[in-house]
Amino acid sequence: MNTESVAVTPEEHFQDKVNREVKIEPRDWMPEKYRQTLIRQISQHAHSEIVGMLPEGNWITRAPSLRRKATLIAKVQDEAGHGLYLYSAAETLGISRAEMIDQLHSGKAKYSSIFNYPTLNWADIGAIGWLVDGAAIMNQVPLCRTSYGPYARAMVRICKEESFHQRQGFEILLTLSKGTEAQRRMCQDAINRWWWPSIMMFGPSDDASPHTAQSMKWKIKRISNDELRQKFVDVIAEQVKILGMTLPDEALAWNEARGHYDFGTINWEEFWNVISGNGPCNRERIAARIAAHEEGAWVREAASAFAEKQRQRSGGKDEKAVA
Amino acid sequence: MKQYSRIILYGDYGDREVAGSGGQDASHRDWPLWEVFIRSKQGLDHKHVGSLHAADAAMAIENARDVYTRRQEGVSIWVVESRYIHASNPDEAESLYDPANDKVYRHPTFYDLPDELTHM
Ligand SMILES: [Fe+2]
Ligand SMILES: [Fe+2]
Repeated sequence: MNTESVAVTPEEHFQDKVNREVKIEPRDWMPEKYRQTLIRQISQHAHSEIVGMLPEGNWITRAPSLRRKATLIAKVQDEAGHGLYLYSAAETLGISRAEMIDQLHSGKAKYSSIFNYPTLNWADIGAIGWLVDGAAIMNQVPLCRTSYGPYARAMVRICKEESFHQRQGFEILLTLSKGTEAQRRMCQDAINRWWWPSIMMFGPSDDASPHTAQSMKWKIKRISNDELRQKFVDVIAEQVKILGMTLPDEALAWNEARGHYDFGTINWEEFWNVISGNGPCNRERIAARIAAHEEGAWVREAASAFAEKQRQRSGGKDEKAVA
Repeated sequence: MKQYSRIILYGDYGDREVAGSGGQDASHRDWPLWEVFIRSKQGLDHKHVGSLHAADAAMAIENARDVYTRRQEGVSIWVVESRYIHASNPDEAESLYDPANDKVYRHPTFYDLPDELTHM
């Protein structure tokens, strides 16, 4: 540091960088609260990608055609990749992967409440792609400009991959919407069940999220929950017309003066209830994660043992150098 | 300034793991961390794209192919165990890079030459 300049605290220096849109990198000084907030947010985000594979994975074997099966597998595989990018970004902040996995399994770390709802039939896969990935994209695009470098870079990669997810979902619903009466009913029923949980994905309203102001100041968050939710409602209220379907909200109406759609009140009691572990599938989801982890333990151990044996055989010499 | 620096640095995670006493805390249960570099096409440098855990180099490359090149993002992959990466200290960034700032004569625009002079 230049000792002749006016003494500034590390915190002021940090905030100045953030204000000037200079990205914060892993080895830079950062307030402890900033680090903790990021670890919490990024790991929750990573957990959501991983747990999010479960409701969709449920339909891979029952996809109605080879085309649908191939695209769904590709989408679910992408979500695994998103989980990895985000876990890696969180690890640059000094938390280990195993710690994060422990926190997910013990319930200490949360994940998006949306994945605690069941996928009852094929139309749900369409509704998830359109609404759930749609809401995720709305949330993630501004995060490409978040102040922490590794997080921003992970988000850029994720957003690039997300674009097909929503389109494949909409295509599923579009096909159903042009089908038989029964298929149209399926389509509407899936929209009815996924709509409210989707708009809850943006989190509590701004006056009920105490950390928003600090996160905005640190530019971890770039746009508030309510603002993002409104953008999403405005977009979806138009898109649903193409399907010839409706959103299950009688209060939904275009407000000329605001230039936005008005919409009904969210059932926050349901939201908090699902967050705190009492949604329809919370226990099932965590049990599935723990089982996968525990049943894979012998594979991880075997791979470590094999690597160790190879190292000893080569007499500790490095493996082939790359050219 | 120094005393404010956190000791946890990028890459230290791998160190902790290897130096570990084999204790049961969470950080000892992961495979080593690897940094992944991808050449997006012939003629370009390999560029850092992220990291992943793997038991050995072969697994690191296989996993890197699965997660970082699903859409033809690369033609070649390098992986290096994170603990082998040495990095400059960001607190020294000014003394390290500032001298270049007052040596403007390293840039071609520093030189005052007549407009008639072409092809230079
Ligand atoms: Fe994703
Ligand atoms: Fe997605």
